Amino acid sequence: MSQWEVVIGIETHVQLATASKIFSGASTAFGAAPNTQASPVDLALPGVLPVLNRKAVECAIRFGLAVDATVAGKSVFARKNYFYPDLPKGYQISQFELPVVQGGHVTIAVGQGDKAYEKRINLTRAHLEEDAGKSLHEDFHGRTGIDLNRAGTPLLEIVTEPDMRSADEAVAYAKALHALVRWIGICDGNMQEGSFRCDANVSVHKPGTPFGTRREIKNLNSFRFLKEAIEYEVRWQIETLEDGGKIQQATVLFDPATGETRAMRSKEDAHDYRYFPDPDLLPLVISPEWIDRTRADLPELPQAKKQRFMAEYGLSSYDATTLTASLETADYFEATVAVAGKASAKPCANWVMVDLAARLNKEGLEIGQSPVSAAQLGGLVARIADNTISNAIAKKVFEALWAGEGVSADAIIEQQGLKQITDTGAIEKLVDEVLAANPANVAEFKAGKEKAFNALVGQVMKATKGKANPQQVNDLLRQKLAG
Amino acid sequence: MIHASLKELAAALAAKSISSVELTRLYLDRIARLNPGLNAFITVDEEKSLAAARAADARIVAGQAGPLTGIPIAQKDIFCAAGWRTTCGSKMLENFVSPYDATVIVKLEQEAGMVSLGKVNMDEFAMGSSNETSWFGPVQNPWDRTRVPGGSSGGSAAAVAAALAPVATGTDTGGSIRQPAALCNLTGLKPTYGVVSRYGMIAFASSLDQAGPMARSAEDCALMLSAMAGFDEKDSTSLERPAEDYSRCLGQPLKGLKIGLPKEFFGEGCGAEVMAAVQAAIEEYQRLGAEMVEVSLPNSHLSVPAYYVIAPAEASSNLSRFDGVRYGYRAPEYSDLNDMYAKTRAQGFGAEVKRRILIGTYVLSHGYYDAYYLQAQRIRRLIANDFVEAFKECDVILGPTSPSTAFRQGEKAADPVQMYLSDIYTIAVNLAGLPGMSLPCGFDSQGLPIGMQLIGNYFDEARLLNVAHGYQQATDWHRRTPAGLE
Repeated sequence: MSQWEVVIGIETHVQLATASKIFSGASTAFGAAPNTQASPVDLALPGVLPVLNRKAVECAIRFGLAVDATVAGKSVFARKNYFYPDLPKGYQISQFELPVVQGGHVTIAVGQGDKAYEKRINLTRAHLEEDAGKSLHEDFHGRTGIDLNRAGTPLLEIVTEPDMRSADEAVAYAKALHALVRWIGICDGNMQEGSFRCDANVSVHKPGTPFGTRREIKNLNSFRFLKEAIEYEVRWQIETLEDGGKIQQATVLFDPATGETRAMRSKEDAHDYRYFPDPDLLPLVISPEWIDRTRADLPELPQAKKQRFMAEYGLSSYDATTLTASLETADYFEATVAVAGKASAKPCANWVMVDLAARLNKEGLEIGQSPVSAAQLGGLVARIADNTISNAIAKKVFEALWAGEGVSADAIIEQQGLKQITDTGAIEKLVDEVLAANPANVAEFKAGKEKAFNALVGQVMKATKGKANPQQVNDLLRQKLAG
Repeated sequence: MIHASLKELAAALAAKSISSVELTRLYLDRIARLNPGLNAFITVDEEKSLAAARAADARIVAGQAGPLTGIPIAQKDIFCAAGWRTTCGSKMLENFVSPYDATVIVKLEQEAGMVSLGKVNMDEFAMGSSNETSWFGPVQNPWDRTRVPGGSSGGSAAAVAAALAPVATGTDTGGSIRQPAALCNLTGLKPTYGVVSRYGMIAFASSLDQAGPMARSAEDCALMLSAMAGFDEKDSTSLERPAEDYSRCLGQPLKGLKIGLPKEFFGEGCGAEVMAAVQAAIEEYQRLGAEMVEVSLPNSHLSVPAYYVIAPAEASSNLSRFDGVRYGYRAPEYSDLNDMYAKTRAQGFGAEVKRRILIGTYVLSHGYYDAYYLQAQRIRRLIANDFVEAFKECDVILGPTSPSTAFRQGEKAADPVQMYLSDIYTIAVNLAGLPGMSLPCGFDSQGLPIGMQLIGNYFDEARLLNVAHGYQQATDWHRRTPAGLE
């Protein structure tokens, strides 16, 4: 029996990082007391009218350019009509037939090591729309409270083609998209606060046969839930089909507590949204000049930066991918290299990806909050490169920088006397002393025990408090023992 | 004084021969005496009006008065006015007090310094041609108290015709300024779509709604429009154009003016007496030196059906916000959320509003959208193109405003289609977005006023007003007032 193939498409609601709402001047800040950030427009008082926030359009253009899509010269806002208490107008202003962003793609990196591969996920569209308010079911004793602070918050809904074939690919896409929208500064990416929410359309079929019936898992607000929900849903669909059942098109919710999905509504009770162009808003016209200005204002994009890192600094694909996971990391890395020198790009990469990342992780800090600046780290790497200090000493200097014991690696090396001893005469004198003081080790080495050599190196390093160049010590010891 | 023009009132206020408080008191007293029968006003708040009049007097004393400062006005109850109950003629908003001002209110009251006498009656949510769909009861036509004043701006028309106010605001989606103006012997102007801000004007059909003045003369309308019009950043469909003095063309000779007579407006379907009065007006214009040109609006017979798809479609969505959740009427008893929606809307809306919501919901539904809504939009473009072609041959278009004079209360209430046909000459103007006026041109054998309609090209309000003004300088139909309302 052939294998089942999983087919996934993702719709993501990205909350745009604008100061005010998409159709009113009210603030979009999170966490205010209920209904304090709802203007007459957000409350849908009789007679009010929407006015489009230019900043939200700019975010859509930035996104369109970042995913190499067509930014539509003319797009149209439409009304999606349905009744719900947290939808004040009885319709949501969205885009239907003519979205602002059409097509485009996102490249994802999946897996690690030998199993790592890249894949291009095609986008269908991205459109601007307003968020609804929130229904509050707690604290009202059988009644429902309505908070309209979120009503009118600008969203960009980004829709993929059904291009993903596993939960891992779906997660890789969601992560890549999450990084991208933060990279281009259109979303704060805060998933707990709902700034980035995914819906996954999942179906299974046998390769070579038409796609299966899909079910849509709504409102997944963490990468872990996205993975768990898809994996559960796939298992459930395969089991259902193998037991001879049929999949009904449905909208489902994922319950993180049980790890299961359950149907919310079936296709039969799907709404007829009666979309039609919103007569309160003119078609959105975006001039080529506006697109050009926005393009000029875009940062170098992750894929381009990754390719440049590989070409310019000779980094591996893996390193370049890791360093371009966020704009902050990439900028930090380049600032480090700027001080340490291009020849030290690889050690800089290692310090940023390994030592710094581990330390930040331990303290729960973002790279932007690092106590060690990129310039300080660059200065440190430069001292390793010119043999002023060894790697072992460098770790001590890094800790000292982290603790704020000095303004630079040079200052700490100077203050704490950590400069590597490179004077051959001085090291030779120490080697002679160690050989004289450890006749047993010398005898063992001469009897063929290599371990004894390491013990002698250790003794010399100890005598120099680690400041001797280990290679130099090795060479001298071998010379003396051979002589 | 109660039949004075706005210019004369302004002069009297400037000369301090009367104060705004005295003038306001005069009208408030007439309202108190005459409104109980006419039912033109839904809400009167004497204290509020007098406070505004005192503020206007202070501006006049300080030498900061404009041409309308201190002049009282009746506001159609479709405009949200802060602190005023704003009902839109509906039970749904019976107790809704607006927390904010419509742009029209800001411009006329805060900026121009006019004094609101209160909120006047209208068909519920502006849906009607007789003012009989109002939750607050029908309005009487001051010319014959057994007849309707027209609609939806029936309260505005009755208030000005009965001299309960010197001037009023109206709104016009398919003829709601022009038809009641015709039926009550007033001059009313619906401007080009986008000239007057719709912000704060409760939406019926967003792509058709436009506010305008209802007054006793074209001269008064010009003064009013100059104060009402202008770009508003709060309305995305408002047009960014420099401010205009709409009085600037008044008095220019009409010699050489080309008046287009659409043959479709002079065929069957129009009452004989209305037609005779319009023909007499045409002769008057010829005496004034204007030239008549026959034009054609070949798709005008499609305007009523197209309108009754587009307007209800937009209305069905615009009125969704009246759901009983945040403000307005909520059914006292219900079992769950859907029941609350159903009962609230079933009880809060009247029959005509519900009919249009049903029609609108139907034409936007999956499977019907292309056949109705898109088809109606295509017709709308054809109708607009007809006018573009016609205006290549003429400067303004003339015809009847309404096929009949004021009909009796209850006469058409049971037959919606007959009611809809009373707007047969006005609707195409809204679909095309053009400016249109109605002005008095005679009386029928029962003494009921007859109105003629003038239609201008886009943004040609100043010329349109002058064409009306020229006629009003040569005739006195517009000066006549109904008897028995002294």
